[in-house]
Amino acid sequence: MNHGTALLWKRRALSSLSATRRGLPKEKMSENGIMSRAKVLTIDTMNPTVKKVEYAVRGPIVQRAVELERELSEGMKKPFAEVIKANIGDAHAMGQQPITFFRQVLALCSYPELLSDSTFPEDAKSRACRILQSCGGNSMGAYSASQGIDSVRQDVARYIERRDGGVACDPDNIYLTTGASDGIVTMLKLLVCGEGTTRTGVMIPIPQYPLYSAALAELGAVQIDYFLNEEKCWSLDITELQRAVNEARQYCNPRALCIINPGNPTGQVQSRQCIEDVIRFAAKERLFLMADEVYQDNVYAEGCQFHSFKKVLFEMGPEYAETVELASFHSTSKCYMGECGFRGGYMEIINMDDEVKDQLTKLLSVRLCPPVPGQALMDLVVNPPQPGEPSYGSFIKERTATLSALAEKAKLTEQVLNTVQGISCNPVQGAMYSFPRITIPEKAVKEATEKGQQPDMFYCMKMLEETGICLVPGSGFGQKDGTYHFRMTILPPTDKLKILLNKVKEFHQRFTQQYS
Amino acid sequence: MKSMYKITLQLQRCARDITNMSQQAVNGISHRGRVLTLDSMNPNVKRVEYAVRGPIVQRAVQIEKELKEGVKKPFTEVIKANIGDAHAMGQKPITFFRQVLALCSYPALLEDSKFPEDVKKRAQRILEACGGHSIGAYSTSQGIECIRQDVARYIEKRDGGIPSNPDNIYLSTGASDAIVTILKLLVCGEGRDRTGVMISIPQYPLYSAALADLGAVQINYYLDEDNCWSLNIAELRRALNAAREHCNPRVLCIINPGNPTGQVQSRQCIEDVIRFAKEEHLFLMADEVYQDNVYAEGCQFHSFKKVLFEMGPEYSNTVEMASFHSTSKCYMGECGFRGGYMEVINLDPEVKAQLIKLVSVRLCPPVPGQALLDLVVNPPQPDEPSYATFMTERTAVLSTLAEKARLTEQIFNTVPGITCNPVQGAMYTFPCITLPQKAIDKAKELGLVPDMFYCMRLLEEDGICLVPGSGFGQREGTYHFRMTILPPTDKLKVVLQKIREFHLRFTQEFS
Repeated sequence: MNHGTALLWKRRALSSLSATRRGLPKEKMSENGIMSRAKVLTIDTMNPTVKKVEYAVRGPIVQRAVELERELSEGMKKPFAEVIKANIGDAHAMGQQPITFFRQVLALCSYPELLSDSTFPEDAKSRACRILQSCGGNSMGAYSASQGIDSVRQDVARYIERRDGGVACDPDNIYLTTGASDGIVTMLKLLVCGEGTTRTGVMIPIPQYPLYSAALAELGAVQIDYFLNEEKCWSLDITELQRAVNEARQYCNPRALCIINPGNPTGQVQSRQCIEDVIRFAAKERLFLMADEVYQDNVYAEGCQFHSFKKVLFEMGPEYAETVELASFHSTSKCYMGECGFRGGYMEIINMDDEVKDQLTKLLSVRLCPPVPGQALMDLVVNPPQPGEPSYGSFIKERTATLSALAEKAKLTEQVLNTVQGISCNPVQGAMYSFPRITIPEKAVKEATEKGQQPDMFYCMKMLEETGICLVPGSGFGQKDGTYHFRMTILPPTDKLKILLNKVKEFHQRFTQQYS
Repeated sequence: MKSMYKITLQLQRCARDITNMSQQAVNGISHRGRVLTLDSMNPNVKRVEYAVRGPIVQRAVQIEKELKEGVKKPFTEVIKANIGDAHAMGQKPITFFRQVLALCSYPALLEDSKFPEDVKKRAQRILEACGGHSIGAYSTSQGIECIRQDVARYIEKRDGGIPSNPDNIYLSTGASDAIVTILKLLVCGEGRDRTGVMISIPQYPLYSAALADLGAVQINYYLDEDNCWSLNIAELRRALNAAREHCNPRVLCIINPGNPTGQVQSRQCIEDVIRFAKEEHLFLMADEVYQDNVYAEGCQFHSFKKVLFEMGPEYSNTVEMASFHSTSKCYMGECGFRGGYMEVINLDPEVKAQLIKLVSVRLCPPVPGQALLDLVVNPPQPDEPSYATFMTERTAVLSTLAEKARLTEQIFNTVPGITCNPVQGAMYTFPCITLPQKAIDKAKELGLVPDMFYCMRLLEEDGICLVPGSGFGQREGTYHFRMTILPPTDKLKVVLQKIREFHLRFTQEFS
């Protein structure tokens, strides 16, 4: 072989190697001798970061629940008559009625001919007119500005000022979003850069809401776990934050700290002191703060109160208020309204670099605008009926009824679950979930491991098959090694919740007996 | 090379640290740079560009504000012809759609005798498919099942009976969301193995923006302006072969009817594209959001799905495809609701599972948009009370659009220095403009792309907001702009006349 042919041969070998590696057409000989080609897009040739994404709240257990529902509707016999989906905080699906005023205004915005209908109260009409006037062509069908409708952002800013006892809020810092998730993912996207040990690391609580881990996997960012203290009612501990960030500095560049308050799935409400400590920590360690505050109205426990990160930050004086970068998130999906389907939300950004702000606006413009009905709804949430307006009475009644029922259900859940041997449950101080710790017998752990399942997935799957109750295993949110949990929403109507808790109780006892 | 780059980076970082330290020294207080700056943000995001809402639109918004504050301008209002936003241009929503949406929003209206029976029936059906009978509940991540069934039936009807499986339908937040999701699935590899995606030039800049964001390789294929922006297979092949040198081309994106170029592809062309995709092992993405917007005589919309299946099992069993539709365009123009769907064909089952998982993270598309999409694919039928009004409204919109398409082409082609292909479909004209050398030099002096300079001048002088062709891509040395044909006919005439006068003035000034 002379030099030239050797080179040619080498090149050919290389190119065929690279063809395989690059997923170029692989000729496959099928049984009948006809050439068939692999697909362009297969599990081996798809985006590897997407493969790493996991989202337990709608994971395999929920898919099985949907299957079971279908089987039931086809007349199949089961040990239960209906599937109760306690896996997700979906208030309306659990029978909660929408706030009348909100839906009246949305109907008027959808079909403005109704503005001349005398059955609608005047305040509903004036809100609808105001929203329509700020839409292109006075229609919710027009695109809005990418950052969201001006007048809605102004209303959001005023709402925040009221909530935070007068701390100023600039509408230019408000970005309307497609639910809070969209805002969170967008902020994380801006933050991620670097390679290897300079890759952006993001601190998230464990247990966490799995949107965070999913978004970080997709963005190829480094997830830095800090553990909440279950023994102290899932509180956040600064020494644990310090431990986590110190360890992470060995292998990545920690740049962001995510806080969920009130907690999801853990239901804790952070004290003012804790928030101050977190802010001080973020300032010291130069971390961008992301405050997920979508449950801000969902505080039930006595002595607990919601403090916004923004408010505390500004009360700590200019040293912090002028330097710590913060994004806080809110949504129309939770609180007393529970309007998940509209995908409304906003974020407020503090101390963000002007050039980055321009980049943010540009990035958002690609998706054109958040859904306008969701923006309209957001406007109503931040600017509800005022005393003196005709809808005020019924609005307050509806709002109070929902929130006090939730408070009652939070207490009930904690009480009932804590009567079960092998289940221990922290008080549900806020949000919409209970995240009790469950003792799983060694034999059950073994059987699960043999099946290649997480023990708490095994537990939840069995509960689903036997009782029709759909929960999410704690492993989907993260938990300390060797501990097991599940997340259950407290949203079902009280009567149903009682039955559900009782069924969980009986199941747990049966399960424990079976495996002991 | 890589290590050199690293060193440069480190040097930059050192320099920055030094600057920070000296700043500290100057004010005596510890002043540190921000966590998130232009230098320390996601570099992919920096590369994203989206001209349709770019600097020219920002300036338009500013001018609007100035007008409101009483600043004197040579015009009294800004006309935003930069975007296909029908309602903003005064188009009225379809009554039936909005009645059903009102009922879904506030079901107490189901008792109201004002509303026709078919409206109530549709609203009831949608509500029954929602959790707790409320559009405030999350839907399944793939979209409400009965709506996906209606979409499948719509596609079957549209495509002359070719079956469509509701399991292949994914509802989305406008078409953009679905397009980005499919691209996201497809991107992998590094260096020469990095996924390449073929897009038309001119293109709708969502594509280039998404590819930049995902760090994929953009492969340009040029549409043939001299042949009414038609797609040429030889050009596809040229682009593909050139790209194979530096990336791994895996996807071919088609926009039909074309945005910004307004061409409608012939059946033959679509067949050729499908054959090319199969031969070259490319995943096909068919952006068909303007499927009802076909105006030119002799032109007809053919869906890629239909043509694919008519080409027989050799193609219909193998070619992987996703096609996209939306509630934002056509005769309804309901952009604000962010409704849309995609249909996937021959997608690998394992990838499908990954797709479902991926869309579950964003929980669900907005339910009001899903409801609206249901009405679009299942509008009033001939025996229903709302049929007549619906047809009158729909026909009025589409025939006006056809008229405006013709009008735009005619007027522009009377202007020396503007040549305009017929607007066969979609909602835009993309004329070629001749810019005098002096204007080009002036633009360069100002650091502007020449057609951006032109469009900025037009905006400042006449209050008309267009998007420069450079935002969509164009052959080097040619200049264009995109203008929507959506303004009401009277206003459109004024706009066209103003552009004509501006162009003449501009040409004179710089010659």
